[in-house]
Amino acid sequence: MRRVQFLIWKELVELRQDPRLLAIVVVAPIVQLLALGYAATTDVRSVPMVVVDADRSPASRDLIARFSASPNFSLIDTVSSPDDVDAYLERGRAWMAVAIPPEFGARLLRAEPQALQIVADGSDASSTNVALGYATNLLAAYAEEKAGEAGRAGGAGGAGGAGGAGRIEPRVRVWFNPRLESRDFMLPGILALLLLVVTTILSSAGIVREREVGTLEQLNVTPLRRWELIAGKLLPYAFVGMIDVCLVVAVAVFWFHVPLRGSFGLLFVLSMDYLLTTLGLGLFVSTISSTQQQAMMTSIFFFLLPMMFLSGFIFPIENMPVVIQKFTYLLPLRYYLVILRSIFLKGVGLETIWPQAAALTGWGVAILSLAVVRSTKRSV
Amino acid sequence: MTRVLRTIAAVGRKEFRQIGRDRRTLMILLIVPVFTLLLFGYALNFDIRHVRLAVDDRDRSAASRSLIAAFVNSGYFDLVAGVDASEATRLIDRDEVRAVLVIPSGLSRALQTGRAAAVQVLLNGDNANTATMVMGYAVTIVRSESAKYAGPARPPLISIEPRLWYNPELRSALFLVPGLIAYIAMITAVVSTALSVVREKERGTMEQVRMAPLDAASFIVGKTVPYFAISLSSALGIVLVSMLLFGMPMRGSWPMLITVLSLFLLGALGLGLLVSSIADTQQVAFQVAVLVSFLPTIMLSGFVFPIASMPRVLQLITYGVPARYFLVALRGILLKGVGLATIRLELAALGIFAGVVLLLASVRLQRQWG
Repeated sequence: MRRVQFLIWKELVELRQDPRLLAIVVVAPIVQLLALGYAATTDVRSVPMVVVDADRSPASRDLIARFSASPNFSLIDTVSSPDDVDAYLERGRAWMAVAIPPEFGARLLRAEPQALQIVADGSDASSTNVALGYATNLLAAYAEEKAGEAGRAGGAGGAGGAGGAGRIEPRVRVWFNPRLESRDFMLPGILALLLLVVTTILSSAGIVREREVGTLEQLNVTPLRRWELIAGKLLPYAFVGMIDVCLVVAVAVFWFHVPLRGSFGLLFVLSMDYLLTTLGLGLFVSTISSTQQQAMMTSIFFFLLPMMFLSGFIFPIENMPVVIQKFTYLLPLRYYLVILRSIFLKGVGLETIWPQAAALTGWGVAILSLAVVRSTKRSV
Repeated sequence: MTRVLRTIAAVGRKEFRQIGRDRRTLMILLIVPVFTLLLFGYALNFDIRHVRLAVDDRDRSAASRSLIAAFVNSGYFDLVAGVDASEATRLIDRDEVRAVLVIPSGLSRALQTGRAAAVQVLLNGDNANTATMVMGYAVTIVRSESAKYAGPARPPLISIEPRLWYNPELRSALFLVPGLIAYIAMITAVVSTALSVVREKERGTMEQVRMAPLDAASFIVGKTVPYFAISLSSALGIVLVSMLLFGMPMRGSWPMLITVLSLFLLGALGLGLLVSSIADTQQVAFQVAVLVSFLPTIMLSGFVFPIASMPRVLQLITYGVPARYFLVALRGILLKGVGLATIRLELAALGIFAGVVLLLASVRLQRQWG
């Protein structure tokens, strides 16, 4: 145990001698969380749009005012010919164009059904889908209102149609995130991602660095055992990781007001569990690489990228092909994300998330054992 | 002039040889990006289908069965279980279902007597975007089911004819691939350049290089050229694979595509050099490189999160992220087939970014050289 202590002390001294590294691993996550916390909203708001007003009547101006008053849209320009739309869409200055046909106002007064054309830029498929939904809702509400007015104008009988028959009304209740704020969902994910990036990279350089600089030889002539080497490398980084967890959770809760409905203690303990896997992963990569460049490239392309995209951080796992869904069970980030989101948003305890916790622990133990086995100190 | 070129070539050759000896890194730089694209191209998807649904049917009538059938037949919902109220909570808590449909016991009576009945849809809202879409599906299904009982329908006063340009089927791959190209190219270029210079510092070989009859400028150019060649070929590889396998159209011109790629990569390489001038150890270099390239490129470029929804200050910051311009230019060329005039601003921004970081990097490295 003494030997591990010495190694830990050596690592901490090295870390302190490199103040830049220390600053990066402590300050950078916070800066990133601040920036990304604001950026990471998949809500689609103020969709840039243009209107082609071929009618130029009070009715068309009224409709345009509806669009510009809605927070979902930001009206860039009103043009009079459909040909003018191309330039806006090509340059990406507007995502969609609503074409108001000539005679729009007159037909509306006569309560004649008519069609409005919406042209949308499909190159950003997901945002476009949402934007189209907004436009559809806005126009439907507008049409309903106008129909009501026409009905009243034409006498009380005209408003009927809905009176006699039974109907089913949908009542949607959203749990855990009733305001549907994507930030509350994304921020815990960013915490997981930052921890992954910082700690994996930090530890992936751990052993290979000694090898590259040539000090692994010196470690080899000490009576240090393999597991002691791994433990001594792991613990100081784990300490840094714990500080990161506390800082980042504090920013999320106090700055961004993400509700922390579950217990912080549980969150902290399971975060340690997660750190075990990220650090173990880094050390494992370190033992199979011969240069730091290799180690870092390996951890980025084989671990960080797949985890970022396939863990359910941004892209829901349930939308992926079944084969890949199975593959995602191999990613520790997947489990940690479920844990974080459950504790933050649902406020559940271990009785619900124990499978994830168990999976995370198993992963950590396995990867650390692998790292110990692979760290044949003498191979250079 | 020829002497300068020869020294540059010598540095480039040395670098190439060094990369060639490190087979794994070379493989990672050349092949893994394409593989990554394949994986993500198939895996990532914003389309939401197969939402796991539980039903709490308290009516058990023809009307309630017809409503459930409407949910299942829509293709958006997979019926997982029939439950009662207490179980519903547990299923949502444990993520076994995303939505629960609660049909009240009076549904069929209400429909027969011409009254309104409310069915409840409980949704797990943790992922706001998914929840919004699922909510839309559910409301539409219930409304159209309701319309069956409402008698002859009147046509709506205003109907909508949506027309989607550039990507009429709204295929996620077409939208994701340009982002992935930006992402992968950025990482390989920034990280590998930064590490290649810092490695010399850390191992002490920088001294030897400095003693050679070589000036800072030729060293920098010689260092960048190999990585430029590698990242350009890997980026082109990604474009080709996405055309072959994902049906990515190429509606613009190749020379313009290569120009845009080159400008973007130059900026990325310059950023890598700048990082290398700040860092003394590879660990620091890598952390910084990841922080300036990895996260901003995905979060602040408009790739995943729409820029228009960000707060004002952050929108200003995105103007400093080259991937933002690159994405517009790339989508413009590949999907929209636009000409030079349309994306000239983006090209200029990429050029300015590359110029500024290269200048900063060479000033800093020159100072350290002396």
